[in-house]
Amino acid sequence: MAEKLIMKRPDALTNKEFTYCPGCLHGVAHRLVAEILDELELTQNTIMVAPVGCSVFAYEFFNVDGTVAAHGRATAVATGIKRALPDKTVFTYQGDGDLAAIGTAETVHSANRGERFTTIFINNAIYGMTGGQMAPTTLEGMKTTTSPYGRDVHDVGYPVHVCELLQNLKGVAYLERVALFNPQQIQKAKKAIKKAFIAQQKGLGYSLIEVVSTCPTNWGQTPLESIEWAKDKMLAEYPLGVFVDRVGDDK
Amino acid sequence: MANDKIMMKGTEAMGEAAIRAGCHLYFGYPITPQSELPEYMSRRLPEIKGTFLQAESEVAAVNMVYGAACTGIRVMTSTSSPGFSLMMEGVSYIAGARLPAVFINVVRGGPGLGDIQPAQSDYFQATKGGGHGDYRLIVLAPSTLQESVDHIGLAFDLADHYRTPALIIADGMLGQMMEPVSLPEYTKKDLKATHEDWALRGRQQREKHMVTSFDIDPVKLEKMNEGYQATYKEIEHNEVRVEEYMMEDAEYAFVAYGTMARILKTTIKMAREEGIKVGLIRPITLWPFPYETIQKASDKCKFLMSVEMSMGQMLEDVRLGVNGKVPTPFYGRTGGVVPTPTEVLNALKKEMGV
Repeated sequence: MAEKLIMKRPDALTNKEFTYCPGCLHGVAHRLVAEILDELELTQNTIMVAPVGCSVFAYEFFNVDGTVAAHGRATAVATGIKRALPDKTVFTYQGDGDLAAIGTAETVHSANRGERFTTIFINNAIYGMTGGQMAPTTLEGMKTTTSPYGRDVHDVGYPVHVCELLQNLKGVAYLERVALFNPQQIQKAKKAIKKAFIAQQKGLGYSLIEVVSTCPTNWGQTPLESIEWAKDKMLAEYPLGVFVDRVGDDK
Repeated sequence: MANDKIMMKGTEAMGEAAIRAGCHLYFGYPITPQSELPEYMSRRLPEIKGTFLQAESEVAAVNMVYGAACTGIRVMTSTSSPGFSLMMEGVSYIAGARLPAVFINVVRGGPGLGDIQPAQSDYFQATKGGGHGDYRLIVLAPSTLQESVDHIGLAFDLADHYRTPALIIADGMLGQMMEPVSLPEYTKKDLKATHEDWALRGRQQREKHMVTSFDIDPVKLEKMNEGYQATYKEIEHNEVRVEEYMMEDAEYAFVAYGTMARILKTTIKMAREEGIKVGLIRPITLWPFPYETIQKASDKCKFLMSVEMSMGQMLEDVRLGVNGKVPTPFYGRTGGVVPTPTEVLNALKKEMGV
């Protein structure tokens, strides 16, 4: 019997090894996006925008045309690309500090304009690249290098819920929060990412997938501990689910 | 009928010139005294199936310009002083990523909120950085509406040729006045074919393209910087533009650009009626600056007087060119006050000791 190929590295990933920390889930998220780009046959016509943050090198890992935006400006850059080349697939890949702190205005207005691109938003409640500072999504009481006594919500405000914030904007076509803490969640995340890109293909508006993730390095945990902690604490604050779906069930 | 002159307002004429130069996208944010330019583009760009988008801020606008410029398609923005300050981060990224894009800064009185009257107090910002890092902008300084219009096409061509952003520095006077202008023909260049070798347009079976202003390795980043500097050297060699007005027999020289230079031509006529042999050196490119012309003038003139609608910014470049050979007095008004020909004549006479 002839050999049958059942799994391979997606064409949408380069051969460059990920430089992420052990146990970091960026690699899983990258792979899911890459698999969807291949499945939807978009890889040859995609342009990506990497952020400033841990995934600043994402443009080297994805085998698509790409650039790096200034911190927080990925959706503005993506707006410029998509408006220049409306027939191409465009996505941004951003962390919580990038998207929900310094880039809040760009995020809200890109969503509100219904820009026809997709954002993959990684929420791990911390600034990873700069060494574990408090993020807009840091949980109440959580200790970081700039909240050494724990996040005091009466002093610095509450964790920002990006999906809940964006769901009332009419420009949004698909909005879902997913997690990567077990195989079922990973399969669901992949389906969500697929729908987000389909929303873009159909020109329905802005699509964003919030991926609840971990940061074992800056959380001071082992990879397994970080997953258990995230299941318990992160998902209590950030419930999974579909917030906006204008795509429907057809493929 | 491109050679027929028509009456147009400065900002609108610049917008039309941009469209005829093949500008396909405009991103901007309203700010006085240049809001007629985005207004004009919002009417005209849809007619040519281009894109006009009013951004949520100048910060967003400049990053939209970055994104569109990544595709190699002609894109521009315009703003006024406080707005250009907000754009500085993006301008640095655009220069670092070697992206062609055109900026117009219709300069108004500063610092801070300042006012909305004509000024030239953004010279340092335009020519000495503004944003972070070792980068340069090609800076064109028109002094008439016709020249403003002509500079638009030039700015796009230079930006494309050198893969570097170009800035047209105007002021509220140029932006707001109406003058007869002759608009250029629509460009016949095949703009779609440009920048194929680096632009982000999707892989289409080729190797991926990456456009960044980034390298984490200091040795490689230094190499990138050496690349920028090589281009800047080429620009300094090829692109200096300057007008010399009544300099043949001049014993004294004014140095001024833009609106100020235009006013000084009247001053010079008045002075020459009184027998004072004064001329004008008008830098058309503020960067690269015409140091050589300044240096030559310092061999034959008793002094070179920089006259600016600022407290003395270009003066520093004049002094670099003169290099101590002769005195370099200064006359300037600021805050949006435009000097009259007579007051500059009086300032000249005072320096001459008459």
